[in-house]
Amino acid sequence: MSDNDIPKYSKDDFATDQDVRWCPGCGDYAILNTIQKTLADLPVRREDHVFVSGIGCSSRFPYYMNTYGFHTIHGRAPAFASGIKSVNPNLHVWLVTGDGDGLSIGGNHLLHLLRRNFDLTVLLFNNRIYGLTKGQYSPTSELGKKTKSTPMGSIDHPLQPLAVALGAGASFVARSFDVDNKHLSQVVIEAWKHKGTSFVEIYQNCNIFNDGAFSVITDKGSRESAQLRLEHGKPMVFDGGKRGVVFRDGRPQVVTVGEGGVPLSEISIHDAHDAEAGRAFALACSDGVTLPTPMGILRAVERPTYEVMLNEQVERAQAARKADLRALLNSGYTWTVK
Amino acid sequence: MTTPTQARTELDAVTIRFAGDSGDGIQLTGDQFTSATAVAGNDLATLPDFPAEIRAPAGSLPGVSGFQIQFASYDVFTPGDEADVLVIMNAAALKTNLRALKPGGMLIVNTDGFGEVNLKKAGYAGNPLDDASLKGYAVYRVPIETLTVEATAGLDIASRVARTCKNFFALGLMYHMFDRPMEETLKFIQAKFAAKNPTIAEANRRVLQAGWSYADTAELFPASYRVPPARIVPGTYKNIRGNDAVALGIVAASVKSGLPAFLGAYPITPASDILHALSQYKHFGVKTFQAEDEIAGFCDAICAAYAGALGVTLSSGPGVALKTEAMGLAHMIELPLVICNIQRGGPSTGLPTKTEQADLFQAVFGRNGETPLPVVSASTPADAFEAAYEACRIAVKFMTPVMFLSDGYIANGAEPWQIPDPDTLRPIDVSFRTNPEGYLAYARDPETLAREWVKPGTPGLEHRIGGLEKADKTGDISYDPDNHDFMVRTRAEKVARVANDMPPTPVLGDPDGDIVVVGWGSTYGSIEAAVRAVRGKGVRAAHVHLRYLNPLPNDLEGILRRYRRVLVPEINLGQLSFILRGRYLIDARGFNVVRGQPFKVSALVKAIEESLEAA
Repeated sequence: MSDNDIPKYSKDDFATDQDVRWCPGCGDYAILNTIQKTLADLPVRREDHVFVSGIGCSSRFPYYMNTYGFHTIHGRAPAFASGIKSVNPNLHVWLVTGDGDGLSIGGNHLLHLLRRNFDLTVLLFNNRIYGLTKGQYSPTSELGKKTKSTPMGSIDHPLQPLAVALGAGASFVARSFDVDNKHLSQVVIEAWKHKGTSFVEIYQNCNIFNDGAFSVITDKGSRESAQLRLEHGKPMVFDGGKRGVVFRDGRPQVVTVGEGGVPLSEISIHDAHDAEAGRAFALACSDGVTLPTPMGILRAVERPTYEVMLNEQVERAQAARKADLRALLNSGYTWTVK
Repeated sequence: MTTPTQARTELDAVTIRFAGDSGDGIQLTGDQFTSATAVAGNDLATLPDFPAEIRAPAGSLPGVSGFQIQFASYDVFTPGDEADVLVIMNAAALKTNLRALKPGGMLIVNTDGFGEVNLKKAGYAGNPLDDASLKGYAVYRVPIETLTVEATAGLDIASRVARTCKNFFALGLMYHMFDRPMEETLKFIQAKFAAKNPTIAEANRRVLQAGWSYADTAELFPASYRVPPARIVPGTYKNIRGNDAVALGIVAASVKSGLPAFLGAYPITPASDILHALSQYKHFGVKTFQAEDEIAGFCDAICAAYAGALGVTLSSGPGVALKTEAMGLAHMIELPLVICNIQRGGPSTGLPTKTEQADLFQAVFGRNGETPLPVVSASTPADAFEAAYEACRIAVKFMTPVMFLSDGYIANGAEPWQIPDPDTLRPIDVSFRTNPEGYLAYARDPETLAREWVKPGTPGLEHRIGGLEKADKTGDISYDPDNHDFMVRTRAEKVARVANDMPPTPVLGDPDGDIVVVGWGSTYGSIEAAVRAVRGKGVRAAHVHLRYLNPLPNDLEGILRRYRRVLVPEINLGQLSFILRGRYLIDARGFNVVRGQPFKVSALVKAIEESLEAA
C-alpha cells in the first residue's frame, strides 16, 4: 500500500461517539486531543491502529479513539500488545498505561515488553497517584506523600520510569507532558517512527487527587528553568541558554554558560543514539533539583524487533519443511495392524 | 542373534516395573521397552513415575525414578496394579518400589547398587539381599554394573562413563525374558548417540546385547516368556504420549480451520512438553511464545485470538489459578481460546509430577462473576489428540474460551494410537467479518449465540472491546441493570448451547441395570477394566466416561437414571459427584482416593461391589 492510498484524516475521524468520562480538568483530555490530531497526520490507515490498555483512568483511552481498541485487565496490556504484534506485525499498536498500571501491577510485563523490542509505542501517563481507586499513592509518588493509604506519608522509594525503561533495555526512551501539545506530538511522532518498543512517559496532571504534581516543571513561568529540552546533536542547555549540562567523569553537572562559566562549545552534546546508555541513565535519574528534568528523547537506538525475528524463524522453518498434516501424524515409528 | 535357546512359556499379560536412580536412564529404558512391545503387537499401557527434583542426590530415596508397563494379548486399560517383574538398580529403588511387586513376583536386582553407601542412603541397617526380608519373592542377583563395564572392555571409554550404559543391560535382560525385538532400540542408539559420540553408541549396543546374551547363556531365569499379540483394530499405529497428542491435536485444528496457532505459555510441570512439541511445528505456522509469567502467557494468547489466530495457553493448576482473571476477560470479549490444564497433585505446589483430578471445580467454577466455560477432558494419552482438537473446534464455533483438562498420568503416559485420517476430523469452519454494513460488535448467531470475529486492520469495522459490561448488540459500555442481567444470561446460554453440538454419550456395557460407573479423565482405564471385571461376575453394569464436563451432555441424566446406583470414582474428594448431584438431584456416590497415583483396578472392583451392597 502506498501512502497515496491513505485517506486524508482530520482529528474528528479519530474521535468516537462515546462520552469522555475523565474528570473535568484532567490532563488526559489534552493528551487525547494531541494523539487524535497526531494520528490524523500519520501515513497510516485508521483501521491499522490498535489501542491497547490496562486498567485505570488512562486505560479508558481506547474507548475514545475511533480505531481498533482493547481495554484489557490491570497491568497486563504489554502482554496483550505482544500477542497482537506476534500475529500481525503490520498493525500499529499503541499501549496506553499509567504509573500504577504500568509500573506497579504490570511492572514485570513492562520490563519484558521493553527487552523484547516489539515495534510498538508505549504511552505511560504518569500522574504520581492512583486516580480510579480514588487517591492512594503510586509507585512514582514521592517519599513522604500523604494519601488516603499513607496518612503518615509514603515510605516507598519512588521509581523513575525512564530509568526503569533504560534498565530494561528499551530502545527508545522519551518524556513529554500533557499540556505542551507541540512537544508531545513531536515526541509521539518520533516514537511511532522508531522501529522497536518506544517508551514515552507523559507527565499528566490529576487535578482531583494530585493537583500540581508537576506544575514547577510544566507551568509556563517556570518550565524554562526546570526542564532540560533534549535535542539530538545539540548542546544540553536550558534556562534560555543561560545554563547547561556538562558530563564530567560520567556525571552530569549544571554549569553557567558563557561569561564566568563554561563556553557553549564545551557544553555536552546530547547523543540519543549513543551505544552506551550511561548518560541517558544519568539524565533519567534527575531529581529535578540538582539537575533539571529532561524532556524529549533520551535514547533511540536500533536493534532487531521481536516480531521480525519471530516471523523469520517461522519462514525459515516453512522453507525447510513442508507442512503436511497427514505426514506429521504418521511421522516417527509406526506399525500397521491388518 | 536374538533367537533364545530356551523354550518360551506363554502368558496373557505381564506387568514390569523398572526402578532406579533418576540419573540411571529409567524413563529411557521404559520408553524403549514400550516401543519394542508395540512392535511385538501387544496392547499396552504405561506409567512413568519420577521425582520432581531434576537430580535429587544420587542413590537417595527422593531420587528414585520408576516406569511401569503392562502389556497383554488382549485390550489393556491400565499399567497394571502390581508388577510381575521388578527391575531394581539400587538400594533406594528397592526400598521405595518393593511394595509395587506382587507377592512371589520376580525381583531382578543390580547387586552393584547395594554397596555400603547405597544402603546407607536408602536407610537400610543391613543388606536386604543378605537377610530374609526378600524371601517372599523370586530374587535374581545380577552384578549389572560390573557386567556392563566388562561388556565395554576394549573401547576407549572410562569405566565411570561405561557404567552409565547399565540401563541398556537391564533392557537386554528384559528383551530376552519377554522376547522383544531389539531393532528399534538399535536404531534409537544409532540416532541418539552415533553422530555425537560413536564410542558411546557402540558401548550401548554392546551392553544391550550383553544383557540379552547374559540372560540367554547364563540361563539365569527359570523360563522365558511369550505374550502373543493382541487382537487390535486394523489401522496404522504409533505410540504416543498425552502431551504430544495434545500438541498434534492443536496443529490439526490449526490446519483444519486455516487459523495459525499461537501458544502463549510459561513452563510448568507437567505441561511444558506441549510447549516443547509445538515449538517444533513452526513449519505449520505455529508460533510459540514463552512469556514472562503465566498471566502474560494467556494474555498474549487472547490478543493472538483478537488478531485472528487460534489462541492457546497451557499450564497446570497453580498456573491456571494465575490466569483466572484473564479467563474472565476472554469470556467477556468472546474470542476463541483454549486453556490446557494438565493437572497435577495440589493444592499449592502440591505434587508436581504426580497425577490428580482435583482441578475440576477450578475448571468449571474457578473465576469471579458468572463465567462459565466449556470444559473438555481427555481420557487417555491417545484420546488427548481428539479431545484437544474438540476443544479447539468448540472454541471457534462458539467464540468462547474452552478449558481442556488432562493430567500428569495422561501427559507422560504413552499408548498405541490409531493414527486418524485428517479427512475424517470434524470440520472447523471459520469466517471473519469484513462487511462494514450494519456491523454490531455484539450481534450474535441465532443458533450458537456466537458473536462475529473481526480482525483488527479490517476497514470500516473499527470497534472497542474490553472487560467492562457491554450493551447488548453494540458492545458499548453499559451499567444498565437489565442489560447486565440479560448479558450474564446470554453468555451462560451460549456456553449451555455447546451441549447441542455434542455426539451421543457412549455407554460402555449394559444399557441399564445395577450400576453405572461415571468417570472423567485418566481414570478411564481403571474404570473400564473394573466394570468389565464385575460384568464378568454377572453384575449389570456400565461405564460412562465424560469428555464434556461443562456443559454436561443433554442425554446424561437419562442415562444415569437407567441404573440403580451411580458411582463416581475420582482422584479428588468428590468433585464430579458433587456436580452431578447438584445438576440432577441424583444419588451419585463418590469413590475417592487422592494418592497422586492412578486407581488400582482391584480397588475399583471392590468399590463397585460395596456400592451394590450398600443401602
